[in-house]
Amino acid sequence: MVRKLFKRGYATLVYLFLYLPIFFLILYSFNDSKYRGKWNGFTLRWYEELLKDRAIMEALYNTFMIALLAAIISTIVGTISAIAIHKMSSKWKVVFMNVTYIPVMNPDIVIGISLLALFVSLNMRLGFVTLLLAHITFNIPYVILAVLPKLKQLNPYLEEAALDLGATPMYAFFKVILPEIMPGVITGALLAFTLSLDDFMVSFFTTGSGVNTLSIRVYSMTKVGVSPKINALSTVLFLGVLVLLILLQKREKNLNE
Amino acid sequence: MNKKWLSIPYALWSLIFSIIPIIIITIYSFCKRSPYGKIIYEFTLDNYKQFLEPIYLNVLWRSILLAAISTTACLVIGYPMAMIISKTSIKKRNVLIMLFVVPLWTNFLLRTYAWMVLLRDQGAINQFLIYLGIIKEPLQLLYNPGAVVMGMVYNFLPFMVLPIYSVLSKMDNSLVEAAQDLGATSGEVFRKVIFPLSMPGVVSGLIMVFMPAVSTFVISDLLGGGQTVLLGNLIQNQFLVARNWQFGSAISMIMMVLILIAIRISSKYQDEEGGGLW
Repeated sequence: MVRKLFKRGYATLVYLFLYLPIFFLILYSFNDSKYRGKWNGFTLRWYEELLKDRAIMEALYNTFMIALLAAIISTIVGTISAIAIHKMSSKWKVVFMNVTYIPVMNPDIVIGISLLALFVSLNMRLGFVTLLLAHITFNIPYVILAVLPKLKQLNPYLEEAALDLGATPMYAFFKVILPEIMPGVITGALLAFTLSLDDFMVSFFTTGSGVNTLSIRVYSMTKVGVSPKINALSTVLFLGVLVLLILLQKREKNLNE
Repeated sequence: MNKKWLSIPYALWSLIFSIIPIIIITIYSFCKRSPYGKIIYEFTLDNYKQFLEPIYLNVLWRSILLAAISTTACLVIGYPMAMIISKTSIKKRNVLIMLFVVPLWTNFLLRTYAWMVLLRDQGAINQFLIYLGIIKEPLQLLYNPGAVVMGMVYNFLPFMVLPIYSVLSKMDNSLVEAAQDLGATSGEVFRKVIFPLSMPGVVSGLIMVFMPAVSTFVISDLLGGGQTVLLGNLIQNQFLVARNWQFGSAISMIMMVLILIAIRISSKYQDEEGGGLW
């Protein structure tokens, strides 16, 4: 009994630690004062001003646009590559897997500066395109690592059967293989999207002046004071994630029943 | 059927965006610097020699120390948590794990910034302690190494809990029961059965926390307030402020070697199957 209480107390403390800052982030978005720490009464003013702030809206647009594009491209390239790697001889498989682990095992800051060095030596203008290229680069390995296990579980005769029955390789891929590995593809795509959305380090080094993502915008703001508008924005994003999660859980439950 | 050509796009992509960039900074780290900061392509070891100066060795030592402390703290806090979650009913389990993932989906910078607000002199924690009468003057909670360690533990704790949980939840419970039937105490069961079996998860967790902790510059920048310079801050400074890319590249190479060594050491304790997130 005492043990159970102890466990419960411990878990509560850890979750409190995890959610305390998020709680205050949300709380201060309703605070009618520019200076935090002081509660001046409830307001929705920051939400209104958020919509009018062009710089934040642009950063938000860039963040989502890059995350979306990077997720789509890296999912397509990653899935094709996973299939290729799956069919390789074990010697080549080792080579490709080691290459795949480079961006996973390299710290973000090294990915950032090394890509910066590449873009500069290629004389590329830093901005949206370089950001997108960088994001695709660190996303592809995660897609491959999510799809490969599903390919291993796949029955190898399935494709042969389809081909024997007269399906073209393309048709066999879309009608037989892809539906089977879909859960891995979706996991990879979601992972890529989230990684991209949350990235700061790589973006920080590979963007140029004028093109901001949300993380970069917040970072530059921390030097001079973050506007409560940012709190309002994070509240909206947080609630958005929460609603999405609850909907997904509900859907899964319905599918299971 | 031959599908080799399918690997060509990825091979090219990796070559251009993963392998060549690392070759470039490797070359830079051995290059000379002109008086105006331009890169001269002549071989030198000066950049590495420069790192041996006491101030830089101090930074290296501080980075390793703070990352090691944070990683240990994450293990000590996270392991019991992973165990508690893995023992609850399946329905509850999913919710509890989700609660660990959700903070990861709010922006990393915003989370760290939120701690800045909480820890400052007029922040909620100081106000609360003053209200309770425990302290009279606000404590200096921000801008010290302790705040940096806390920021690391806060941001990276999920990376420790998730892989350990995924191993523990798949563990064959009959092994634990067998040990108990044979008369092992609960302490022995943990030491001789549960912990060794969870090793793959622990190793993944250690790597996934140590790596971002040793290379961060945001957490030390925001919560350390420029007082706590880490390897990451040094690299960022050399690349964007001092414009000494050669020295910055050399520091990056040293950091990469450090991480490779850390991975080597910890993967010795990992069994063949490999565990972790995948």
